[in-house]
Amino acid sequence: MIRFAGDSGDGMQLAGSRFTDASALFGNDLATLPSFPAEIRAPAGTLPGVSSFQVQIADFDILTAGDAPDCLVAMNPAALKKNLKDLRDGGTLIINRDAFDERNLAKAGFDTNPLEDGTLKGYRVIEVPMDELTTLAVKDTGVSGRDVLRSKNFFALGLMAWLFSRPTQPTLDWIDKKFARNPAVAAANAAAFKAGFNFGETTEATRTTFEVKPATLPEGTYTNITGNTALAWGLIAASQKSGLPLFYGTYPITPASDILHELSRHKNFGVRTLQAEDEIAGIGTAIGAAFAGSLAVTGSSGPGIALKSEAISLAFMLELPLLVINVQRGGPSTGLPTKPEQSDLLFSLYGRHGESPIPVLAIASASDAFYMAIEAARIAVKYMTPVLLLSDNYIANGSEPWKLPDLDSIPEIEVEFAKHPNGPDGKFLPYMRDFDTFSRPWAVPGTPGLEHRVGGLEKEAITGNVSYDPANHQLMVDSRAWKVANIANDVPEVEVEGDEDAELLVLGWGSTYGANRAAARRARLEGVKVATAHLRYLNPLPRNLGDVLRRFPKVLIPELNTGQLLKHLRSEYLIDATGLNKVMGEPFKVAEITAKIMEMTK
Amino acid sequence: MTLSYTRADFQTDQEVRWCPGCGDYTILASVQQFLAGLGRPREEFVFVSGIGCSSRFPYYMNTYGMHSIHGRAPAIATGIAATRPDLSVWVITGDGDALSIGGNHLIHALRRNVNIKILLFNNQIYGLTKGQYSPTSEMGKTTKSSPFGSIDHPFNPVSLALGAEATFVARTLDMDRNLTQAVLQKAYEHEGTSFIEIYQNCNVFNDKAFIQLTGKEERVHNRIDLEHGKPIVFDEGRKAVIMRDGQATIVDAASVDPKAILVHDETRPDPSIAFALSRLSHGPFGPTPLGVFRNVSRPTYESEMSRQLEEAKEKRGPGDLGKLIRSLGTWTVDEAGAITEN
Repeated sequence: MIRFAGDSGDGMQLAGSRFTDASALFGNDLATLPSFPAEIRAPAGTLPGVSSFQVQIADFDILTAGDAPDCLVAMNPAALKKNLKDLRDGGTLIINRDAFDERNLAKAGFDTNPLEDGTLKGYRVIEVPMDELTTLAVKDTGVSGRDVLRSKNFFALGLMAWLFSRPTQPTLDWIDKKFARNPAVAAANAAAFKAGFNFGETTEATRTTFEVKPATLPEGTYTNITGNTALAWGLIAASQKSGLPLFYGTYPITPASDILHELSRHKNFGVRTLQAEDEIAGIGTAIGAAFAGSLAVTGSSGPGIALKSEAISLAFMLELPLLVINVQRGGPSTGLPTKPEQSDLLFSLYGRHGESPIPVLAIASASDAFYMAIEAARIAVKYMTPVLLLSDNYIANGSEPWKLPDLDSIPEIEVEFAKHPNGPDGKFLPYMRDFDTFSRPWAVPGTPGLEHRVGGLEKEAITGNVSYDPANHQLMVDSRAWKVANIANDVPEVEVEGDEDAELLVLGWGSTYGANRAAARRARLEGVKVATAHLRYLNPLPRNLGDVLRRFPKVLIPELNTGQLLKHLRSEYLIDATGLNKVMGEPFKVAEITAKIMEMTK
Repeated sequence: MTLSYTRADFQTDQEVRWCPGCGDYTILASVQQFLAGLGRPREEFVFVSGIGCSSRFPYYMNTYGMHSIHGRAPAIATGIAATRPDLSVWVITGDGDALSIGGNHLIHALRRNVNIKILLFNNQIYGLTKGQYSPTSEMGKTTKSSPFGSIDHPFNPVSLALGAEATFVARTLDMDRNLTQAVLQKAYEHEGTSFIEIYQNCNVFNDKAFIQLTGKEERVHNRIDLEHGKPIVFDEGRKAVIMRDGQATIVDAASVDPKAILVHDETRPDPSIAFALSRLSHGPFGPTPLGVFRNVSRPTYESEMSRQLEEAKEKRGPGDLGKLIRSLGTWTVDEAGAITEN
């Protein structure tokens, strides 16, 4: 596992993602964890300005971005200070020696130079004068001034490519394409990349250390994908499978904006994106589009979802299909906008006024986002309801290899707009429910004879007219709740993996999927019997969940919050599970969960 | 397709529940009358409202309709219009709904020039919540929530709309059905956002607020009827409007050269003179312009959106999902686990 760390202007995200792509093409299974500061450019050289990108590459299938890196690239003292504690003992440190001057050392809070004071004893340190070598490498390429050192991330990348035996051609091709408009920059980056690679080659001692062989992945065609991209593609797939035009009304917010960026590129799919004036308008336009017959979607993160709350209840009352995506980040308030957290679960389940239990689904990994987007769309249009789809920053910006599906094997989403009056005397009854799904007809404007009014006021059952009748309100509250609860009969049961006779079940939801399974695998290697299960449906919960939970003497629920699923399951099933909770703006380390499993099975 | 409708075809079976004597009744009748006269299929109309007395309006229109949440009707209507350019989309709103809680959505709909027709019923009071001052209530107004007089400076809705560069801006009166019909006709024909402020009497909480424009004796002196292409004169020809020092100014008609009298041109690309006209009054307390302030052409939001979709399809062909999921580069693992970059 490798971590690139430097100043947020040093191009660490770029270097990390290039390394990832080169590894993927080499056939390694991988998982990534980008970490970057909220400020676009925090002051150079300071601790808050440190940006890092971690990638785990392996010749076996891996489930997380890994815990302790084996190799750390530190572009300056601040990057070293912030990341050194994570480097495993005996790990390799690649250090840009040129950045370790007095000024940068002071900015990072070092009293003495760690390169000289013994701090780095126990690590394999490779000091490289990266600034100097980069400057020399690019001197004939036409870049000058401050632009010269911009290429040093490619120097680092080249060095890592050599150390880890990555193929170089994909990166060189990529540089040509990416910087095609600026040949000087392309030449400089290529020169720096090659210089880094060659530098590695001439410092022979390190050569044999790292040999990562290609992983044995199942047969198939793969691509390397992030959660936000997979989610955007899943929405496009849902549009095609349903025959409904896709509409995405939203307001930019970290870490959800990439969904908007991706969708706005694909207008030839008939995708309409609308960057609204605020979060409320984002969902407002989506509600309008849903009423008018689109597959309507809005997306945001916690603070934006809070603003949308009133409108979600409106969509629930109107009984219109709508997808609401929440790419969770650290909260409350602005919180940790670029860090993952799972702290919006109870907000998703309960955070609306009135009795408004809407379906809540959660994505388990980057590639899972593709399928969950389709599933959320299916539920929304079949049951005429808003659906909340939860992601988080780890899923959204992390990437993994995705075995491409056979698109024809994905079922169509059946949608039938109302075409004819459904009541006596040619009347249209907008709240006459379907016998099986309990959902109401979707009659879109432009259909003759079906003119009708919907609204936020309570409606009379069947006719949809405004009604203040007490018994009718009870009936409608119950009907809406029952309609959603009934979806449990239309979604898969929760599956248990691992030892059926285990003493302990590790239950997760969302992005803990990989860490939980990896931890269970490690525990099994230690001889412990443990089972895992993962929830993609948070409301309604899978119908067999109560039975599954009662089958195991102990249940462990790791969550990146203070115990929200635990609280919910206790209230639903009276199950006394144990929580493993963390809110540090980072995913679980597999070791943390493994340790808890060992402790609980002692 | 032109159909033969009467007003009754646009009425619903729901009992209209505004207070007896409310100005909303007249506006409802005007709009129903107007739509019936168009002969356009009823199912192509959508009325969207927010919250407030006026926002009950869609329940009484036998078209498609949505009574939504406070202030958000322009956003919802934008979503309908953006995805369905074939429909005629109308927003019914009030001074509190559009200018207080929904102010943001209003100005953004106006600047985008979405093809929606916004009817703002301005009664200068909160009626549904029973009588608090609104963002158009005059300074010093005593209400339930301002027992010592309102200290809020009011909006001039027409100025606000012009400031947001709305392409169609007009003002009418609930009681003046002829003017309302004429303004509705132009608003309907306009491609883009049409903003119409309708002075509407709330006889329960703010009665006679518009008496200067509706009273038999007062209206003669105070109505400035804007007519495209004609010099702006009123008060039976006694008063005229001229531009002086960059401001629209009311003068005695006899005191100026007739050539100096401002000729109303609603199609001026620059909104400055229309804005100047809107500053002639700060509420309906004296001479106040009525009619169309501005009517200019600019591409609509949805036509631009559709154009981009069409161009993308022409350039790149219709979307191919199989290609899309392979667009980031792929590699293949064969039976033996060997990897080939594609």
